[in-house]
Amino acid sequence: MANQNVKIVTLVIDGKDVSAQQGQTIMQVAREAGIYIPYMCHVEGLSNIGACRLCLVEVQGQRRLLPACTTEVAEGMVVTTNNERLRKYRQMIVEMMFAERNHVCAVCVSNGHCELQRVAQKLGVTHVRMPYLHPKLPFDASHERFILDHDRCILCTRCVRVCDEIEGAHTWDVRGRGTESRVIIDLDQPWGTSESCTGCGKCVNVCPTGALAEKGRATAEMTKKRQFLPYLTIMREEDWA
Amino acid sequence: MTLEELLQRAAEEREKQAAFRHTIRVCVAAGCLSAGSDKVKAALQAEVEARGLKHTCQVKGVGCLGLCSVGPLIAVDDAYCRNVTPEDAGGIIDRLGDRPAERLYLSAEMPFFARQQKIVLENSGRIDPERIEDYIAADGYQALLYALHEMTPAEVIREVTESGLRGRGGAGYPTGLKWSTVAKADGGGQKYVICNADEGDPGAFMDRSVLESDPHRVIEGMAIAGYAVGANRGFIYVRAEYPLAIQRLRAAIRQAERAGLLGNEIGGTTFDFSIAVRLGAGAFVCGEETALMASIEGKRGQPRPRPPYPAESGLYGKPTLINNVETFANIAPIIRKGGAWFAAIGTEKSKGTKVFALAGDVQNTGLVEVPMGLTLRDVVFDIGGGIPNGGRFKAVQTGGPSGGCVPEQYLDMPVDYESLTKLGSIMGSGGMIVMADTACMVDVARYFMEFCMTESCGKCVPCRVGTAQMYGLLTRITKGLATAEDLQLLEDLCDMVRNTSLCGLGQSAPNPVSSTLRYFRDEYLAHIAGRTCPAGKCEMVADPEKEVA
Ligand SMILES: Cc1cc2nc3c(=O)[nH]c(=O)nc-3n(C[C@H](O)[C@H](O)[C@H](O)COP(=O)(O)O)c2cc1C
Repeated sequence: MANQNVKIVTLVIDGKDVSAQQGQTIMQVAREAGIYIPYMCHVEGLSNIGACRLCLVEVQGQRRLLPACTTEVAEGMVVTTNNERLRKYRQMIVEMMFAERNHVCAVCVSNGHCELQRVAQKLGVTHVRMPYLHPKLPFDASHERFILDHDRCILCTRCVRVCDEIEGAHTWDVRGRGTESRVIIDLDQPWGTSESCTGCGKCVNVCPTGALAEKGRATAEMTKKRQFLPYLTIMREEDWA
Repeated sequence: MTLEELLQRAAEEREKQAAFRHTIRVCVAAGCLSAGSDKVKAALQAEVEARGLKHTCQVKGVGCLGLCSVGPLIAVDDAYCRNVTPEDAGGIIDRLGDRPAERLYLSAEMPFFARQQKIVLENSGRIDPERIEDYIAADGYQALLYALHEMTPAEVIREVTESGLRGRGGAGYPTGLKWSTVAKADGGGQKYVICNADEGDPGAFMDRSVLESDPHRVIEGMAIAGYAVGANRGFIYVRAEYPLAIQRLRAAIRQAERAGLLGNEIGGTTFDFSIAVRLGAGAFVCGEETALMASIEGKRGQPRPRPPYPAESGLYGKPTLINNVETFANIAPIIRKGGAWFAAIGTEKSKGTKVFALAGDVQNTGLVEVPMGLTLRDVVFDIGGGIPNGGRFKAVQTGGPSGGCVPEQYLDMPVDYESLTKLGSIMGSGGMIVMADTACMVDVARYFMEFCMTESCGKCVPCRVGTAQMYGLLTRITKGLATAEDLQLLEDLCDMVRNTSLCGLGQSAPNPVSSTLRYFRDEYLAHIAGRTCPAGKCEMVADPEKEVA
């Protein structure tokens, strides 16, 4: 890639001096430095929306916490990615994700391969202090190869973005607001009737939980393959460069 | 139109109006209209016509006269009449030049009118909002043409900065600073000016009233802003629930275009500026600037993280100036009379006046404009006339769902940005709800939380789920089902939702809870430990064991 004009900045993350290219996000630079910041709506290769709030970090001199996935690094920045306050907030966010819908891990296709489960474990969330909201949600098995289980959806909108930004179909979107929000297919119709869906399965593979899965998988069988994403984005960038 | 032509037209119109010996002004803003003021106006006109007084007495429809609780409201020369019906028309005309009948009469000397100071509302209730000539006769568009001909954009910004004006949309950001940031931004030839008229706070109707009463003032403010920051396109984002405001705004835009005060080469200069109206579907979150811009672009009305701020990357990715209706409404007088004049009004850090929509348990409900720094007591008891039916004051809520409740012991605090923030509330956009001791503060907090929960866009987890959780906990408290742990969880959620939400909606959603917990904690405890509602408002569940909460 022709990048002669890239400016290099140095900053401090968790006491570590690191260097980065201008335009990189805190998330990217932290990952390169081997520092783990939890996330759920972020996926490398898709646009960042700063919605799950798990990757919030403290930046010295900023009154507010900032999402690491959307905040670009700057010269002299001092970032704290992990302390008691951030851990507490992250635990509560994960608890809220579990409490919002009906996540019953024991019977979920993604049990053991679930990103939400993994983040919960990493953050030491052992129980949910908040009341469960127990919404009644539908299940869509009308597509010949895939299922949509709203009970497991955390509204990260990775499916929406991958379908729009990579596949170019924009089959997915969101309807409603607040806790009534739901991912939808085309004009809120059964997946099997969609005319825009190409059946590529990218949405299923970026979905962090068991909300989107392949049919015929039993409990704990659904693993997701995401290698295509960075590959595709790099290929496209090269094409356009 | 050149400045000379404008002044000429103003003089002609004033002369025409001076020919009338009497002027009857009938409020035709939404409040009085819904009480039938259009019929009152027609009856008065018929009466004037029938008596052959057409050339001595004019009856005109005007914007809001302020005291909405006793509409239809009219002004006969300098005296006000309340609760006017079409049947009163004859009697009113009989007594022209005399004091109106006692039953109708409201003195202009009463504190409600006398203690106000009007800048934003200077024309409200005085001019006919549907006639540009009336606005021009009230010095309208002079500031715009003066700025275009006699001032550089930098000088306009300097004047606004000197005025100390702060954004009236809620956060109180210095307007001059915002303008200079947008002016400096490089838009590659395209920048935008947006007027935020979404006004979603429950109980607030300041912006609607300004648009219904004096739409040209907002247009003029926007055009001056466009000149100052280098933008030639403007949008006004109004909620579709304001049909009258929209109608008058659209009419005003057409009139201004026809008069050469909008469009290409305004006032014979090289400055072009056009304004388009965009309608919102009434989502509270669409008042948040980034959500508003997404909505104008035809996308789902959801906020995005800032930075980048709109000044740098706003509508369609271009530098964008976004201000509230009332902010723009202050601009023309600031340019006409100077920033120093404006800065002399108000307090050290809060300049000028603020319009409030006074509502709730208060004698005089309606729209008031007061200088910054007046005390809450003055507003509630003097202007507002206190609590009706001998009730006792308990708290005043400012800032709507993002604000808080101020109890009696702080009534002597001045109304300004800093003081209200110190008290755990905010200035907000101007909603002011007075509560008597019959109000249960937990229930009030629950009401606002329900609003935030249903208005949350659902994008970020803390706001989407956190407001639902807090609402659930508040409901448990009002039913007598909550435990001490629930209260602890509620407080933890307040802290967490405030600090982690993506936009101002979530960040401020805990405010009504925090402020009532701060001043009325005993009420929460009474519900939890004592299972009683001190205000007698909440019904406790008889057998908590049985209830599946
Ligand atoms: C949830 C939410 C709702 C808002 N609603 C409004 C509104 O209805 N009108 C408004 O002018 N500003 C509203 N704002 C503030 C705007 O984001 C923005 O700050 C304002 O329009 C800037 O104008 P000002 O500087 O003139 O105040 C809202 C903010 C939030 C977070």
